[in-house]
Amino acid sequence: MMKGNEALAEAAIRAGTDGYFGYPITPQSEIMEYLTMEKPEERTGMVVLQAESEVASINMVYGGAAAGKKVMTSSSSPGISLMQEGISYIAGAELPCLIVNVVRGGPGLGTIQPAQSDYFQSTKGGGHGDYKLITLAPASVQEMSDFVEMAFDLAFKYRNPVMILSDGAIGQMMEKVKFRPQRKRSEQAPDWATTGKTPERERNIVTSLDLDPASMERHNMKLLEKYRKIHDKEVLYELIDCEDAELLFVAYGTSARICQKSVQIARSQGVKVGLIRPITLWPFPTKIIQKMTGQVKGILSVEMSTGQMVEDVQLAVAGKIPVEHYGRMGGIIPTPEELVEVLKEKFIEVEIT
Amino acid sequence: MIDTIDIKEIVNEENLVYKKSDVMTDSIMHYCPGCSHGTVHRIIAEVIEEMGIQSETVGIAPVGCSVFMYNYLDVDMQEAAHGRAPALATAVSRLLPEKYVFTYQGDGDLAAIGTAETIHACNRGENIVMVFINNGIYGMTGGQMAPTTLEGMNTSTCPYGRDISMVGSPLKITDMLATLPGTYFVTRQAVHTAKHVRMTKKAIRKGFENTRLKKGTSFIEVVSSCNSGWKMTPVKANEWMVENMFPVYPLGDLKVPKD
Repeated sequence: MMKGNEALAEAAIRAGTDGYFGYPITPQSEIMEYLTMEKPEERTGMVVLQAESEVASINMVYGGAAAGKKVMTSSSSPGISLMQEGISYIAGAELPCLIVNVVRGGPGLGTIQPAQSDYFQSTKGGGHGDYKLITLAPASVQEMSDFVEMAFDLAFKYRNPVMILSDGAIGQMMEKVKFRPQRKRSEQAPDWATTGKTPERERNIVTSLDLDPASMERHNMKLLEKYRKIHDKEVLYELIDCEDAELLFVAYGTSARICQKSVQIARSQGVKVGLIRPITLWPFPTKIIQKMTGQVKGILSVEMSTGQMVEDVQLAVAGKIPVEHYGRMGGIIPTPEELVEVLKEKFIEVEIT
Repeated sequence: MIDTIDIKEIVNEENLVYKKSDVMTDSIMHYCPGCSHGTVHRIIAEVIEEMGIQSETVGIAPVGCSVFMYNYLDVDMQEAAHGRAPALATAVSRLLPEKYVFTYQGDGDLAAIGTAETIHACNRGENIVMVFINNGIYGMTGGQMAPTTLEGMNTSTCPYGRDISMVGSPLKITDMLATLPGTYFVTRQAVHTAKHVRMTKKAIRKGFENTRLKKGTSFIEVVSSCNSGWKMTPVKANEWMVENMFPVYPLGDLKVPKD
């Protein structure tokens, strides 16, 4: 039994991470606490450093990633907002890294309780300029662990920052977790890394700056091409009881866990409902939702926000069937019964009247 | 008849007394005539060449006039966001502890937007060399007030002179950094005369040697002129620097290791 945050930290050591740079913020401080307690510098040689701010953390990640190392940071919503400048530079310079956001409610200082109100920031860019983060949404302590290795593999495959978008509930809750074996830290640097110019090669420069408009446009087009490829190849989702479903929940993370129970309750009452759980929030599982519009009568998008992911559901559905959003805010987590009531109210009782 | 030397003979190796460092590229510099950046770039290149550490050096360029430093130095380089170079350097140095890592930053970058990163990297005693070009102005954005702008000095955002009752006094960040236990070697130099160029080179060389010995942070301020930003001729700018900058930013070592 382990907390989600601790499982993620242990998985980071086992994934062969070279460096972690972070700054304390609730509800994810256990990540750095676990890492410092575990002395990963003795276990694997992993560097763990508490930075002076989230701004410094993400720029340490930039420096480490540009040196070809497997590096990561973690924070929660207000801290992730501070990192946006650095994330934009990392995306622009095409550096691989892992950023973990254990989301709390906002806006502003908000609350330390769980929320899912950073969907836009994570999936639509977040900082300035045209870029995308690959965004993974764990729904269990096991996935907090499993997604670390997956995130690094995707990050290095595409030279792109990857975000694990968790929330305070998954970060703090305790569940059983099975860890993967220890991966060796890589001794080889990618050929683009700044490790010192040898006579055998040209110097490596890591930058996001290009003042020539034609060249900068080409760079943007190159990024777009990469994002298209990721969108084609890396979509992940889970289907629960969708075969005969007449209604559908779409939910990720903590909300998906609750919806799973709601599906059971609704079915025991004769309501045939299924659940699509997006695992990658970007790239979003658009195609499967499009496909389901031919089968179900309506979709309830559930998210602990005032309605962010629902916009991507609506884009996928393209007006073919009704799409509704239901969310709780401020750290309030909806109950499974509550969601069943909402589902019936929005899609079934309407038909009777 | 005047005894002349043939052009072919000039380039004969035995006749060469001075040459461009091999660690400099052939790119034409974008700096204004009279600017100190080119001189300091060259010094860094010469030090890297003389120490034979080109393949072990990683540089971090700032935002400001020297944002394109990576075009001129033939070493692996990273381009940081404004003020963040010490954070990048921290990670590179921690993850590649055998490498020589240096940052190159102007006064706006190092002493305004990057104050936190600067102070904390120095306080941790990161094993890096930090080169700080202080010309009291934001050169690249067109001559705005910097944290190091002198009292009464005109810039495009203090056109009637820096009023310290409104915006505070020139920030002597190098003096502050010298008080931190993490800094090993802190000095303030200039490059307006051949003698001072040699002294600055000696200081930068010492910084890189400190890295080799894993001594912590070496911080080298170079008080510089910005003749375009100051709206003076290069000669006049250097005179003005000696008369006005040096009394506020006196040259010399601020912290010298005892050993």
